[in-house]
Amino acid sequence: MSDADFERARQGAAERGASNKGAKGFDRSSQRTNSNKASLTDNFDSELYGNGGADKYAGYNTSIPADDEMEVDGDDDDQNGGRLVGQYTATADQIGEWATGEAAEDDILNSREKQAQIQNRESDYQRRRFQRRLSGGAEGKTFKDTMEERELEREEERVRRLIEDKKKDQIAKGEDGMDIDEAKPTLKDGPEEGSPEAKPRRRARRRGWDTDEAAPVTESETNGHKTNGDAAGGETKKRKSRWDTSSGAETGESYNAEGQLVNAEGEVISAETKVPKKRSRWDATAAPGASETTNGDSAVPKRRSKWDVAGPAGAVDATPAAGSGAAAQPVMPFGTDVNSRNAPISDEELDELLPSEGFQILVPPPGYEPIAAPAKRVSVAALPTGGFMNQEPVDARAMGKQLPSEIPGVGDLQFFKNEDMHYFGKLVDGADENDLSVEELKERKIMRLLLKVKNGTPPMRKTALRQLTDNARSFGAEALFHQILPLLMEKSLEDQERHLLVKVIDRVLYKLDDLVRPYTHRILVVIEPLLIDQDYYARMEGREIISNLAKAAGLAHMISTMRPDIDHVDEYVRNTTARAFAVVASALGIPTLLPFLKAVCKSKKSWQARHTGVKIVQQIPILMGCAVLPHLQGLVDCIGENLNDDHTKVRTVTSLALAALAEASNPFGIESFDEILNPLWTGARKQRGKGLAGYLKAVGYIIPLMDEEYSNYYTSQIMEILIREFQSPDEEMKKVVLKVVSQCAGTSGVTAGYLKETVLDDFFKFFWVRRMALDRRNYKQVVETTVDLGNKVGVGEIVERIVGNLKDESEAYRKMTVETIEKVISAMGAADINERLEERLVDGILHAFQEQSVEDIVLLNGFGTVVNALGTRCKNYLPQIVSTILWRLNNKSATVRQQAADLISSIAVVMKQCGEDALMGKLSTVLYEYLGEEYPEVLGSILGAMRAIVTVVGISSMQPPIKDLLPRITPILRNRHEKVQENTIDLVGRIADRGPESVNAREWMRICFELLDMLKAHKKGIRRAANNTFGYIAKAIGPQDVLATLLNNLRVQDRQSRVCTAVAIGIVAETCAPFTVLPALMNEYRVPELNVQNGVLKAMSFLFEYIGEMGKDYVYAVTPLLEDALIDRDQVHRQTGAAVVKHMALGVVGLGCEDAMMHLLNLLIPNLFETSPHVIDRVIEAIEAIRVCVGTGAVMNYVWAGLFHPARKVRTPYWRLYNDAYVMSADAMVPYYPHAEDKIERRELMIMI
Amino acid sequence: MADKLRTQQQLEALQNKYVGTGHADTTKHEWTSNVMRDSYASYQGHPSMMLYMAVGTNTNVEAVRRHCMERMVLPVGPPPAMEEDEE
Repeated sequence: MSDADFERARQGAAERGASNKGAKGFDRSSQRTNSNKASLTDNFDSELYGNGGADKYAGYNTSIPADDEMEVDGDDDDQNGGRLVGQYTATADQIGEWATGEAAEDDILNSREKQAQIQNRESDYQRRRFQRRLSGGAEGKTFKDTMEERELEREEERVRRLIEDKKKDQIAKGEDGMDIDEAKPTLKDGPEEGSPEAKPRRRARRRGWDTDEAAPVTESETNGHKTNGDAAGGETKKRKSRWDTSSGAETGESYNAEGQLVNAEGEVISAETKVPKKRSRWDATAAPGASETTNGDSAVPKRRSKWDVAGPAGAVDATPAAGSGAAAQPVMPFGTDVNSRNAPISDEELDELLPSEGFQILVPPPGYEPIAAPAKRVSVAALPTGGFMNQEPVDARAMGKQLPSEIPGVGDLQFFKNEDMHYFGKLVDGADENDLSVEELKERKIMRLLLKVKNGTPPMRKTALRQLTDNARSFGAEALFHQILPLLMEKSLEDQERHLLVKVIDRVLYKLDDLVRPYTHRILVVIEPLLIDQDYYARMEGREIISNLAKAAGLAHMISTMRPDIDHVDEYVRNTTARAFAVVASALGIPTLLPFLKAVCKSKKSWQARHTGVKIVQQIPILMGCAVLPHLQGLVDCIGENLNDDHTKVRTVTSLALAALAEASNPFGIESFDEILNPLWTGARKQRGKGLAGYLKAVGYIIPLMDEEYSNYYTSQIMEILIREFQSPDEEMKKVVLKVVSQCAGTSGVTAGYLKETVLDDFFKFFWVRRMALDRRNYKQVVETTVDLGNKVGVGEIVERIVGNLKDESEAYRKMTVETIEKVISAMGAADINERLEERLVDGILHAFQEQSVEDIVLLNGFGTVVNALGTRCKNYLPQIVSTILWRLNNKSATVRQQAADLISSIAVVMKQCGEDALMGKLSTVLYEYLGEEYPEVLGSILGAMRAIVTVVGISSMQPPIKDLLPRITPILRNRHEKVQENTIDLVGRIADRGPESVNAREWMRICFELLDMLKAHKKGIRRAANNTFGYIAKAIGPQDVLATLLNNLRVQDRQSRVCTAVAIGIVAETCAPFTVLPALMNEYRVPELNVQNGVLKAMSFLFEYIGEMGKDYVYAVTPLLEDALIDRDQVHRQTGAAVVKHMALGVVGLGCEDAMMHLLNLLIPNLFETSPHVIDRVIEAIEAIRVCVGTGAVMNYVWAGLFHPARKVRTPYWRLYNDAYVMSADAMVPYYPHAEDKIERRELMIMI
Repeated sequence: MADKLRTQQQLEALQNKYVGTGHADTTKHEWTSNVMRDSYASYQGHPSMMLYMAVGTNTNVEAVRRHCMERMVLPVGPPPAMEEDEE
């Protein structure tokens, strides 16, 4: 450690300073903050360590309770769940990465609308909710019927599975030839059927309106849309209207049928064959072979209307699957909705299209009602894009005109989606309200309200929701739920919509109460999926609804409704039902549900029922936490026997349920588990794989409940298995094992000696390997477990074992080691570390620090912690550390310099302890040279390091001397970066506090001016530090000059600045005694300017708040000023005046200023009738403060007068005063109650002795 | 509007907590009942007050306490029926 090092470092700074002098100079304002440098606090290698704190858990399933994740999967994973050999394959995420387009760029056309939809972020498992039927409800069916139906479903499932198995068998045996035989006919059929059908289809396509309508707009048809149009056309029996060209024009057509027509090619085609039979004369225009075609294109072999301007290539069959090489499929204009081209032709367009004479527009026949085609059924086939694109004039319909923006009777909505048309289409059919029956009217009313709630603006939603709630009973459950529930099953539902609809259900439930019973099952079908949503709030909502439902419908009804789902074939249904049952249990109390649970868990009939029963028990503690304690015995008894179940899945879920129960009841309730300890421990010996993981988990949670002796015994019993499983390749098992080890280590019964002997060797052998550091989850788990073990076995033991890793070549592994060492040492200190180890440790950590390729906060903290823990033992290593720091301070990379500076701040204290003052002096001299640093983050750190050194060495012995340092810092005060500001103001404040004499007054005044800007900093810490610094400076150079500066600043426009100035004045008054400030302040009040006067009042308010009791000497002095303020015409004046009165009154309680306070109260009372919330609040507060000061009785004399005033406007504020007084000092009011005529006659008070 | 609603809710919460608080529609009868009950509760809360009353009325403290408790039932008589009906 020579002076040469320092010299080199200093030179480096000078050189860098010279090289970028031109750019920076001292104009700090030009420094902008957000550089593209790697941040110290973020992880650079975001692939490995995630993206800093922000999105660390993205991709992890954070919200679904982790306790049962290993159990959620379907029925058929039993076989591989228990595998003993690890599978070396990519994870499902990796495999699916390209398939799902996770890695693909976000499709900008796949707009936010899509992304907001709930189903787009759901897992496949969660999407299984769509398989549930609403109609399968209990309504109109007896319990018996339902059970029979379930039985049937189970049988179907069984048979299906049998068939599948059989097929698999056959394939396995190589008999799959049969399959080919079966497939053959289909393969053959294709072309055979295709050839005759392709032709009529092609011909049919160019016929009628269907073609013409789409042609001018689109120039090409997609398969789906075209066939859709044709299909409907084919079904058309009779043309109703000339203009009615909408594909779904026929009333008789049901949505479903139409949907099928669209989707199933075959049906479409067959439908078309009917077309020629019945054709309107419009069809004839473009019909094939029709000689009288109006356009001249009839010679073209393929019939096309002249509107079809797509060019020759467009004549090719539009079905891409036909493989006719649709080369020049014209592209749709970028960003245009495909639907727009398939929208009905508007009247204007038809007018343009058709000759104006010889035709007449017919009136639609009576009873005709155009169907609002359910937009979602229209399959939107993706168009192949690319190639030439015609410039088209903007089509009015492409501007979103096809959807109504305003629904009659609803008003302007926020949005209206295609899918909404399906549900709310009735509202736009324009039917006359007078013709409708009462039921229909009611339906429409509800529809309108629901639409308002779902799509409306916030105020609309509010009123609509209230109407729905208020009229719920008159609408009736049926009418309401028939509309709400299908909406909730809609696939394109978004979070917001779902939230609102669920809210509607919640409110309506509350009103309907037991009327809701017939809908229980259907509501459950819709709400249960919320219980497994990723979103915490959705889960909460789901719980709330189900618990309200349970309260409304009653336990018996809930059980009879949900009973059939308990052994449902679908695992998804059983899972959600179990969760719903747990919610019911928490709503209605566990004891009421316990007999039922007992019965279910012991069901002989099906293992699914037992499984679900146990799962309910598992969910209850997860939901209720320690509230299960009173019923713990009952719950454990309930599932105890299932530990020996024949079925693996039941055993596993039982162990998980026990784990959940033990976790919730920690640290109590071990006696409830007595019964199952034996089966659990013996069971753990018998299990393998997934089952074992569950058992170990239960063991891990039960051991901490035991007392010392037992925990020791049971730990030793299980440890053998744990150690065996250390080697397990299964991630899940690793997680469980680590958790159990840390739980065992935490119990008092397990001794350090035992752990050292049996556990540590294997633990470090299998878990402290490089591979573990690469996966974030493993990394955390291992670190945590090691720290837990360290808490038991001591620092030395752990550090000894891992210190070698500090020099490992894997950076992640080094980091993991440093993190562990840091946690262990910060928890237990370094006393346990011997001299040799200490050497290796410091050496290793220095190595790790120097070798880091990305500057990491973990290493910085680790270094700091180790050095601080070692304390004076560091003395020998300090020169080496300092030379490392100097070397890194001189680094080209900004983050390295920043980290070096940060390290100085964290080890400054230790350097002082070691008596290395000289070294610190040199360091600070070097830092001083670095004040020209251009990166604000680094500059902030350097200032922080300076501050740390000043703090430990003291102002007087600081190198370089303060009188050199401070002028250099003053311009930095102008820097706008928060970190720089914070550190500078702290440093300046410290100097102003401890050694103001080292700088002359002029310099301090200059600093004062700079500080004014800091008063409007965003960060509160900075504003506070600036204010305090004002106080110190005022103390150092006297308040006059500072005050003059501050008073001038009251005139500025910026409100924040004025407020902070007011605070600063208050602080100056506090530090320099009020009499130095008040006269000048009151004089300033004479300036006839609103801002200034208010500023003065505000300053006085802070002043009196800070000086407290000292204020008693100034009360009479400021009273005239306050009089003036309180009777001013300006509201804000009175408001601020009231604030002053409040603080003053609270300061002088019991100090004999009651007369002045009464005087002020007289001025305050008339302000009671202010309505502006701020004003009235301040006034009431002031009156309350005066009440505290002068006593309740005196103030209440004002209140009695207004309590029963004839005018409500008068009574209301008086009652507010009364209530406040009542809450705060009811007892003090008793003696002062008035004698009200004959009413209040308190004879007890008349007693005289 | 929203502010009004909030004030209303705050007042309701207050009233749930403190029975003795009132509002613009509190009747004189309700208020005086509360005043009397609060007074009796207060006497019982101050032992010296009870003792003073006991000495003054020449009874014992417990008798005074009982008196105070009994008087808390309808302290100013039954509510005026007429007014209620009118509303």
